[in-house]
Parts: sequence; C-alpha cells; structure tokens
Amino acid sequence: MWSIVHKMGSPPWFFRFANGAIAWLLPIVLITLVVGCVWGLLIAPPDYRQGNSYRIIFIHVPAAVVALAGYYVMATAGLMSLVWKIKMADTAMRALAPVGAALTFVALVTGSIWGKPTWGAWWVWDARITSMLILLFLYLGVMALSEAFDNKVAAAKACAVLSLVGTVNIPIIYKSVDWWYSLHQPASIKFTGESAIDASMLYPLLLMIVAFYGLFALSVLLRMRTELLVTHRQSAWLRSELS
Amino acid sequence: MLPELGTFLRFQLQRHLQLALRRPSDVVGPLLFFLMVITLFPIGLGPDPKVLAVLSPGILWVVALLSSLVVSGRLFQADFEDGTLEQMVLSPHPLALSAMVEVFCHWLLSGVLLALVSPVFAALLNMPSRAIPVLMVSLLIGTLCLSLIGAVGAALTVALRRGGVLLSLLSIPLTVPVLIFGAAAVREAALGYDPSSWLALLGALAAGGCVLAPLAIAAGLRISLEA
Amino acid sequence: MYFETWSAVWHMEGHGPYVWGAYSLTALVIVLLVLSPWVRARELTQDIRNEQRRAAAASALGADHASET
Repeated sequence: MWSIVHKMGSPPWFFRFANGAIAWLLPIVLITLVVGCVWGLLIAPPDYRQGNSYRIIFIHVPAAVVALAGYYVMATAGLMSLVWKIKMADTAMRALAPVGAALTFVALVTGSIWGKPTWGAWWVWDARITSMLILLFLYLGVMALSEAFDNKVAAAKACAVLSLVGTVNIPIIYKSVDWWYSLHQPASIKFTGESAIDASMLYPLLLMIVAFYGLFALSVLLRMRTELLVTHRQSAWLRSELS
Repeated sequence: MLPELGTFLRFQLQRHLQLALRRPSDVVGPLLFFLMVITLFPIGLGPDPKVLAVLSPGILWVVALLSSLVVSGRLFQADFEDGTLEQMVLSPHPLALSAMVEVFCHWLLSGVLLALVSPVFAALLNMPSRAIPVLMVSLLIGTLCLSLIGAVGAALTVALRRGGVLLSLLSIPLTVPVLIFGAAAVREAALGYDPSSWLALLGALAAGGCVLAPLAIAAGLRISLEA
Repeated sequence: MYFETWSAVWHMEGHGPYVWGAYSLTALVIVLLVLSPWVRARELTQDIRNEQRRAAAASALGADHASET
C-alpha cells in the first residue's frame, strides 16, 4: 500500500498513470453518460406526481453527490499534503477545487430549473439547496485562497488547512441547515414525500452517478496532467516522455 | 530564564488587553458599527414596530456576525507586522495556546462587550423583553464561536495584502451554524418557547471550536509566516 | 421508449424547456470541464516538442560547425 503512495507522489510516475487512466476513462465516461441520459430522458417512465420534470434528477442528484464527495476527496488530498508533504497532493487539491465548484454549480442550477415547474419559483430556500449553496462558497473560498498566495507551497498548505476546517464543518452545516429548515418550513412548500424509488428510475440514476464519478476523476486527472506539463516543463523526464 | 506556561499566558493576556485599552477607538469602533448598521434596518424596512419585532432576532444576529468579521480581520495584523508573531512561534510554549489567548482577548473586547450592550440594540428594534436575556447569553457564547472562526480566517490571510474580502469569503460559510443556532434561540424565546436546546447547541459549537480551532489557527499562522 | 413521437420528446408535456435546458447547461459545463484542460495540454505538448526540435536542430548545426573547423 505504501509503495503506491510513494509512487503516486512521483511526478513522472503520475504523468504516465494519468495518461493511461485518461485513455481508459474517456470512453467509459462518454458511454455511461450517453446511455444514462438516453435511459433517463427517453426510456424511464414519468413520475406520477411531477410528470416529466423529474427527469432532471438524473443530472441533479449525481452532480450533488459527486460535488459533496469531491470536497472530502480534496480534504484528503490536503491532509496528505500536510502530513506527508506529497507534491502531487498539492496538484490534486488545485485541480479538485474548480471541478468540485463546477459540479456544485450544476447541481444548484439544475435544482433551480427543477424548482420552477415543481414549486413555481426559480429559487426556494430549501434545506438541501441552501446547503449546496454553502458548499459552493466553501469551494470558492479554497479557490480564492489558492489564488491569493504568490508562494505555491504556502498556498497549498493554506488550502489544505482551510479544506480540513471545512470538512469538520460540513456535517454541522448540513445538520444545522436541516434544523433551520424544519423550524421555518412553510406549509405550502413540500418536497415529494419519502417514497421508495422504483427500479425503472433507480437504475438510470445509479448509472448516472457512476458516470459523474468517472467524469469527476477524468477532469481532475486532465487538470493535474496539464499542471504537470506547466510546472515540469524543463524536466528531463517530461522531455523524454514526450519525444 | 523562561517563564512557566501559566505566567507566559498571563503576560500575553495582560499585554493584549493593555494594547487594546490604549487605543479605545478600536474597542468602541465595532460597537458604533453595530449601532449604525442597526439604524439602517428601520430606515430600509420602514418603522413599523411589529415588523421590526418579528425580524429583530435575525437582524441583531446577522449584524453581530458582520461586526465580528470586520474586527477579526485585524486580529493578528499588528503582531504579524512588528514580528511578535515570529517570537511566539519561536517560543517553547505551544503556538496554539498563545494564539488562543489572543482570540480570547479579542472576544472579551468585542463579543462580551457586544453582548453586554445588546439590550439597548434590542430595545431599538422593539424586541420582546422576555427574549433579551436569551439574546445576551446567545451572543456571549456565539461571538466566541465567531471569534474562533474569524481567527482561523485571519491566520490564513494575515500575510496577504488584500486579505479583507478574502477573510469574509473564507469565514462566512463556516459561520452559518452559529447564525442558525443563535438566531433560532432568540426567536424561540421571543415567541415564548424554551430556547435551551439551541443554546446548548451553541455551547457545543463553542466547546468544539475551543478544542479544534487553535490547532487550525496555529497551522495557519505558521503558513502565513513562511509565505 | 416511453414517448410516442419525437415532438413529444421535445415537448415533454410542457416540461420540455426545463428538462432540456437543464441537460444542455450540464452538457456545456461537462464539455468545458473536459475540453479546457485537454486543449491546454495539447498546446503545451506541442510547444515543448517544438522547443525540443529547435534545440536538436541547433545542436546539430553546432556539431556541423565544430566538425568543419
């Protein structure tokens, strides 16, 4: 296990690994995304209460799930960078924040579009939407902090500390927003009651969640590879790798 | 000869309090800010006492949060600029503890004072009088949490030139639970319900924050000194 | 397939604009997420390769000069 961590920390090894992984991931992500979208948009039956608007769930929920998981991945990378001073963990953190923010943004906007036919308003201060908005702020904070430092090593360390603080806070934020919502909940706005999701809708949803995880990994690896190309531009290993 | 940890921390506390009291404008400033922002609400929302009474818990808590953030931007600034911070890092006593003393001082001079004068502001907004003790207690505990969160942000941004806006950007999302619990406690009390569970939650946040935040603050200060 | 005709797919019983709007926006973000680092990496590799070629040519030229004199 440790040998993998050591290898992961070496830029030449990681560059080769990323190249291979990207070549594998790209077709997998494309196929799962297309199959999942066709399944969710055309094949799955409509929801008996919300009609066809519920089809947004197949992108909204995966984006939200992966965006939240992404913050934990970023914090893990931060911990690795702080404790073991692994350079690649710094690179990973810088690559993870914008991808996570983009997915959070997708979850927010699709949720808002979904809200219009369901609740009759573009924006409702629902507990989950509010938590996602705060998650977006947390991501933007990490990105802004990383931009603000001139010294790259210090920037990575500061972002690692911030993302760890955020990780401790996220469960508290989610729980508190939940309580806040139940305290203020207006009677007219109610999300569909908890009902077991039918298999005809569950399978495409699961497929889309897999697709979004793949997409997340793919775009993070792409960003990390690009950054390696920038930072190791003068290195001999990169030159021999490319020739 | 090195002083004992207890003496060291007492010296630190004395030094910070003395420095702050020599510049009373720094202490009074945030309170004035609080008063002025409170004044803006009746002007913006209209003077209807009923509306103000309903909104007062939220208004008071949001303004308390903002004024706490405004002050925490300068928390480590002076010590960073004159090199005291480096001395604190070099001293054999844990940086987390001496930073904690600084945060504690900051809280005494901003949060505690704010909690003590908050009944005046509550009266300005026509808050029901039964909620006022709860407002004071919630502000007392809540501002400690806010000072700790602000200190984490301040430690990470102290070395940056344009740290002010960034500090708010980093800290505001983290302060959400404090605002929810604090405002909920006051609201419940104003409606005549029992606010103790919300106050207990605030207390839990403060206790957890006192344990974990100093570690993050110390790490942040070390990073800022390296940068 | 659930829908009878393609126009029903487009219309989705009145929810079409919302569903298709949400999907196209997501598609746009996905394309940007994948394409922007991809294009940047291509540019960089091209750049580095060009540099290498130029360096190789220069050193070959230098070697020629050295053998002539």
